Amino acid sequence: MDFNFTEEQTMIRDSLSRLIREQYDFDTRRKVVASKDGWRPEMWAQFAELGLLMAPFSEEDGGLGGGPIDAMVVMEEFGKGLVVEPYLPSVVCGGGFLKRGSDAQKAEYLGGIMSGEAIFAFAYAEPRGRYNLADLETTAKKDGSGFVLNGHKAVVIGAPWATHFVVTARTSGDRRDAKGVTVFVVAKDAKGVSTRDYPTVDGRRASEVYFENVAVSADAVIGEVDNGLPLIELVADEAIAALCAEACGAMKVAHAMTVEYSRNRKQFGTAIGKFQVLQHRMVDMFMEHEQSVSMTYMATLKLDEDEVIRKKATSAAKVRIGQGGRYVGQQAIQIHGGMGMTDEMAVGHYFKRLTMIDAEFGNVDHHLKRYTELSAVDVPMAAE
Amino acid sequence: MNLEFSPEEIAFRDEVRAFISENYPKELAGVGTREDLTREQFLAWHKILGKKGWSAAAWPKKYGGTGWTSTQRYIWSEENARVDAIMPLPFGMAMVAPVIYTFGTEEQKEKYLPGILSGDVWWCQGYSEPGAGSDLASVKTTAVRDGDEWVINGQKTWTTLAQFADWGFFLCRTDPTAAKPQEGISFILVDMKTPGVEVRPIKLLDGGHEVNEVWLTDVRVPVENLVGKENEGWTCAKFLLAHERSGIAGVARSKRGVEKLRAIASTELVDGEPLIQTNDFARKISQLEIDLTALEFTELRTLASESAGKGPGPESSILKIKGTEIQQRLTELTLEAVGNYAEPYTAGMESDGSNELGVGPDHSHFVAETYFNMRKTSIYGGSNEIQRGIISKMILGL
Repeated sequence: MDFNFTEEQTMIRDSLSRLIREQYDFDTRRKVVASKDGWRPEMWAQFAELGLLMAPFSEEDGGLGGGPIDAMVVMEEFGKGLVVEPYLPSVVCGGGFLKRGSDAQKAEYLGGIMSGEAIFAFAYAEPRGRYNLADLETTAKKDGSGFVLNGHKAVVIGAPWATHFVVTARTSGDRRDAKGVTVFVVAKDAKGVSTRDYPTVDGRRASEVYFENVAVSADAVIGEVDNGLPLIELVADEAIAALCAEACGAMKVAHAMTVEYSRNRKQFGTAIGKFQVLQHRMVDMFMEHEQSVSMTYMATLKLDEDEVIRKKATSAAKVRIGQGGRYVGQQAIQIHGGMGMTDEMAVGHYFKRLTMIDAEFGNVDHHLKRYTELSAVDVPMAAE
Repeated sequence: MNLEFSPEEIAFRDEVRAFISENYPKELAGVGTREDLTREQFLAWHKILGKKGWSAAAWPKKYGGTGWTSTQRYIWSEENARVDAIMPLPFGMAMVAPVIYTFGTEEQKEKYLPGILSGDVWWCQGYSEPGAGSDLASVKTTAVRDGDEWVINGQKTWTTLAQFADWGFFLCRTDPTAAKPQEGISFILVDMKTPGVEVRPIKLLDGGHEVNEVWLTDVRVPVENLVGKENEGWTCAKFLLAHERSGIAGVARSKRGVEKLRAIASTELVDGEPLIQTNDFARKISQLEIDLTALEFTELRTLASESAGKGPGPESSILKIKGTEIQQRLTELTLEAVGNYAEPYTAGMESDGSNELGVGPDHSHFVAETYFNMRKTSIYGGSNEIQRGIISKMILGL
């Protein structure tokens, strides 16, 4: 057993941490979030220069030979800095699909993802599908050798900045059938694709994405036709592990800020951090963060296990992080008092991000249910 | 003990319901109380009620209140909550007015109460300061007597909706040499148009402008603006806070919130089934309703003892703590209910040319913002930590 990071991972963490400290301070982030485009392409270029975008890809694919642990290291730092640039949608999700694509797809797309020139967004959620990845009303109908896509994808994070989408659609079967789901890669400028762009409550950008008779060729299919769900679930689990890492970073900072504030804020002639009721709460926040880190490691290390083990691990982590993030976020605000409610204090922005992480890729209830159902499969027969 | 309404009370309920249905402004139907309303929107219903003589449900009759029994007041708030009515704001009606009719002079009652009843005069609360939040008695804003005037200097903060205020009531230190911090504070009324009063907005984490800083620089007000005795303002302050706390429970509003949550959870789908039919979520709503029922009956007991002549005591801290926990839980569950559509920032969207605001179902708009905003409730009006301290000290004697 070994919980140490490799030299490369440590290097990535240190240089990214320095970059964020120097160029991603809270005031700068606020300005960027409020700007027209809502992100900094030049920051994205710097992330590429540091090798972050190629870190989790194998050397055969042109990457640095890392994997999910490298993505975890990056996402934790991103969580600490509340970075809005689309690492999760483009590298973890887009890259996650395409590195499992055909040789031709790898050749066409992976280079762009790793250099940062191509930006992917993952268009999977639908207005009535909630967190069920197979609950699809978007259809892809066979048309000659290709397909024609129609549908509406909801809250596609990073879509305003994207050049391409990975789109899930139903090619056969009934709505919610596990069979009959197919994954496509679609250029954003393809004919029939339109978006409505908007900011999210935690300072990122997203779009509603509409597909109206969008024609794609057969080589737009990632993986097998009708058999895309296992791949979607795998990439979604990788995304969950990465989100958990981001949450750990955000929790760590929100907690540290709260402890610091309680040392300095004086009421009743003493620092409020001297009050036992607040001390114990900050201890609970600390434990929530530590356990979240443990669960994130656990889930990340089990991503390449068998499907049931992997799903249970990521669901367990997402449940724990959803609950821990809520506790840490709410208490951080409470202990900051009125100041925590203001837009000018960073702590509220960590709270908002932690809140939204629970809403992404399935919330606590969703994953508690998935975990329970998967556990039921495993239950041994009762002894006679 | 008896839970049934009497025939008179049922007749009262019908009268109130009919009045609301005929008179509540159509253009405000379903809008609900939100921080981005205009002054006119906030005051519209208040003014109608003022004309009817129903704006001050909780005041004694001799000051222009309704003189209603606690049961009638309960019915009143239930009926208003049914239509999401934008009720008279608490700053004049529930905070300063009871202080004025309890501690003020006859002249003060005559001067200030009518404007509060009618809704013509908007009040704001100058209590908290950057260094005096939970520890309110450490206020540093000073009022120094100069001839026939008080000269006020200092900074107040978290002043809710002061951008609309005509008048404010301020806790000021008038005797800096007093032995205890609670002594030497006075309760002074300030016309917000007085030179030297400056209101600066504070943006909150939900993006809204609801609270303000109020800076007071050599603000001169007549000596007769003091309410109660000089240096005994803490008595008024505490009295006011106890009143504020009992109103803060928001039972009727939370009941309406649960109804809305049920409606949302009936529309939202999980694997094609309504969310409300899933065991997990149905149980959460049940738990919330059970907690709300416990709060409701605790409030009814408090109201009953109030109408038996006892003022709101430290028990009102229970209402504040439980009421705000329930309000927060309600917004938390609503946020969970809308799933992915919690994320769009509706107020930050550019119009797409249609009249449609936002994306996703209408019921998902502002849900996250409201959840963020409601974190304030366990902080304001004496944080819930302070309320627990009050119960521990005043009731348990610890």
